[in-house]
Amino acid sequence: MTAKTSTTEMVDPVPGAAAPHLPQRTELVQLLTPEGDRVEHPDYSLDISGDELRSLYRDLALVRRWDLEATALQRQGELGIWASLLGQEAAQIGAGRAMAESDMAFPTYREHGVAWTRGVDPLHVISLFRGVDNGGWDPVATGFNLYTVVIGAQTLHATGYAMGLQRDGAESAALAFLGDGATSQGEVNEAMIWAASFSAPVVFFCQNNQYAISVPLERQSRVPLYQRAAGFGFPGVRVDGNDVLAVLAVTKAALAAAREGQGPTFIEAFTYRMGAHTTSDDPTRYRLASELEEWKLRDPIARLKAHLSRGGVADTAFFTGIEAEADELAARIRSGTLEMPDPAPAAMFDFVYAEQTPQLAQQRADFVQYHASFEEGEH
Amino acid sequence: MTRTSALRSFKLPDVGEGLTEGEIIQWLVAVGDTVTVNQPLCEVETAKAAVELPSPWAGTVVELLFEAGTMVDVGTPIITIDTGGAGGGGPSPEAEPADDGEPAAGLIGGSAPGGRTAVLVGYGPRTTEARRRPRRSGTSAAARATALPGADYGSGGADRPPLPTDDGPPLLATAPDMRSKPVRHGGLEVGRQAEVAALREDAAPARGVAPGRRGPRPLAKPPVRKYAKDLGVDLTTLTGTGTGGCITRADVDAAVAGPTTPDAAPSGRGTAGEERIPVKGVRKATAAAMVASAFTAPHVTEFLTVDVTRMMKLRGRLAARPEFAGVKVSPLLFVAKAVLLAAQRYPMVNSSWDEAAQEIVVHGQVNLGIAAATPRGLIVPNIKDAGRLALPELAAALGELTETARAGRTAPADMTGGTITITNVGVFGVDTGTPILNPGESAILAFGAVREMPWVHKGRIRVRQVTQLALSFDHRVVDGELGSRFLADAGAVLHDPGSALAY
Repeated sequence: MTAKTSTTEMVDPVPGAAAPHLPQRTELVQLLTPEGDRVEHPDYSLDISGDELRSLYRDLALVRRWDLEATALQRQGELGIWASLLGQEAAQIGAGRAMAESDMAFPTYREHGVAWTRGVDPLHVISLFRGVDNGGWDPVATGFNLYTVVIGAQTLHATGYAMGLQRDGAESAALAFLGDGATSQGEVNEAMIWAASFSAPVVFFCQNNQYAISVPLERQSRVPLYQRAAGFGFPGVRVDGNDVLAVLAVTKAALAAAREGQGPTFIEAFTYRMGAHTTSDDPTRYRLASELEEWKLRDPIARLKAHLSRGGVADTAFFTGIEAEADELAARIRSGTLEMPDPAPAAMFDFVYAEQTPQLAQQRADFVQYHASFEEGEH
Repeated sequence: MTRTSALRSFKLPDVGEGLTEGEIIQWLVAVGDTVTVNQPLCEVETAKAAVELPSPWAGTVVELLFEAGTMVDVGTPIITIDTGGAGGGGPSPEAEPADDGEPAAGLIGGSAPGGRTAVLVGYGPRTTEARRRPRRSGTSAAARATALPGADYGSGGADRPPLPTDDGPPLLATAPDMRSKPVRHGGLEVGRQAEVAALREDAAPARGVAPGRRGPRPLAKPPVRKYAKDLGVDLTTLTGTGTGGCITRADVDAAVAGPTTPDAAPSGRGTAGEERIPVKGVRKATAAAMVASAFTAPHVTEFLTVDVTRMMKLRGRLAARPEFAGVKVSPLLFVAKAVLLAAQRYPMVNSSWDEAAQEIVVHGQVNLGIAAATPRGLIVPNIKDAGRLALPELAAALGELTETARAGRTAPADMTGGTITITNVGVFGVDTGTPILNPGESAILAFGAVREMPWVHKGRIRVRQVTQLALSFDHRVVDGELGSRFLADAGAVLHDPGSALAY
């Protein structure tokens, strides 16, 4: 019997997945450099046509324009608040475009880019921020759940949905969106534990935009976020969130694995929120302008544009055309927002339950009667 | 081609969830400028953030309604733009409100019930008195009674006896009718139980769960309670005229206005002699400087009581000398000299904390600041390189400084660059204080009144002239030991001016 010569043995929690404990390997999956050069990655290849590349660019550009217009509308008093996605377009378009039609997305309140890829009308998203409804789209028809404002709650919904898919024997997956701040929430950790226990077909897509409102990531985690997945027992991967091609490839692979019964994956899309947390926030109070300038050099749209023009995949006419289309979209969003009718007061009773209860019906009737008792018009 | 003019005014929106006002930091456009949709018009700072406001329309700037630096209520027009009849990317003509640019009632920026301006979040600024919307005639009390409590939230509601009408016992009467089940309405049920319990306590005060409770709580809705509290009206003195004896806003107003309750008037917002003074000028500067100092430099204050009888005698002798003819030989002069001598021995006290450079700047000379009360407020002019001055020169400089300050002619240069300060609170007859550092300095000495006091002198109780010194210092720069030595040395010079020869 040998004496105690044992050293601490590093056990790989997921056979096949590299042990990412020590030393810290912060590998970043990247297929397109900030300069727009295409690079290869041994684990994630992507075969993509020129049409698809141009279509990705169109999504990125239009979504950015939508976002800018919405921010302006808020500043003009037309929206109550707006959560800008500026800088996170590639993470969202890449993830959204990786989904199959039967997959289901569970967004936070910032996933405008994903909404776009799921065919949700921007005005249906804007109506929520104007406060005239609770989100105007059909979650089932679009495969895009309603926005969840409670931080991290949607990861539980996604995990539960994924467990349902499993029981239905469906070959689909759930894609749960979350931010870096949400990883500190209890329910996110619970969701991951459940997802691992049941090997549920769910992919946790974390957009690490570096700030939980004003709290920088260093304050929340001592390890890179993707390494946390190892503790839950499933693979974690960090992808350049400003590289739409890498996000597309990594998310596609993770969703495919989930559909095939290989269980969950945690994706950390390393990106940067170039705007404020919401229109109520002033980022100049907690971060330096130099940091923003640094990230501007990694702009997700600029790098794809560079790649497209350098490779001869798109010409000036294409970019001009996209710009014109963006202008049209912005004008449509502007006029559509200003024309949105206020909801009827009694409408607030309509979507409390799927089926109206007698009590609620009575309340609604009383409320209508009460409103009718005033001399002025209906509001 | 005729160009139609369409003036539209852009109202300050709530840019941050529930804000009521914002300050226009600067205009980014001028009258006559052509603007496009979303072109930044101005920068606005609110309690939450400084943001740029983009133009909602394309057109020509006709008028800027507020100067930069003005605080403006949300909902107030800030700029007029001539859109020339074309929205230029704005809403289509059908969607446009009335020609005068006023949004229709109920729309954002338009009028809303109660005289408020509709904003998306919160209630927005109140511009007129709140007013209830008129009810249609024929809406009887009975109809109201069924409209509100008719909804059944609890169990067994259907066979419940009908709820009382206005003639019957009120929902929350002073003596509740326990036979009828109260309407379950959030926390009201709990509130009622508490009230019933309190009534029982009244009946059996020996249990004493609610001490001090005299009678039942007068009936009034929470906003009315708040209103009465703000006006200093005691609700227990009022008789409610509302439903079920409930005290209404009008009852509170009547109590304030009417002669029936003369005691209710003074206090709070309704006082007759109240004056509101805008904070500006020296007051504003003082406030900013004091807040900056008090919340950046950790202050420590130490006190020393000194027998200055010898100093006062010396003062008499010096004043008689020809060198001091025409200048005032005040106790402050000796304190100034004592500070200068002590600063010479402990130069670290005469220094500044440079946060940006993370350095302590030990000054090469003493620019001695003297806090001066002037008609415009507090200013702190300083005597440059006071250490080089002989005592008569120092006396002259002090006299000139105070005269200039009182006349309000102190030059800005005389108020900057101070390195250490004396504040002579003794002239106001007080003993001492805890002075706040002049920003950028590390020490300030308060000099109290010189009084005749019983004092142990050479083993006997004598009447001596005694004063108190208080030294506040920035603990980032000056430690307790250094501050104490500095204060003790300055005190020693005042106690025995002859000791200065040893320095």
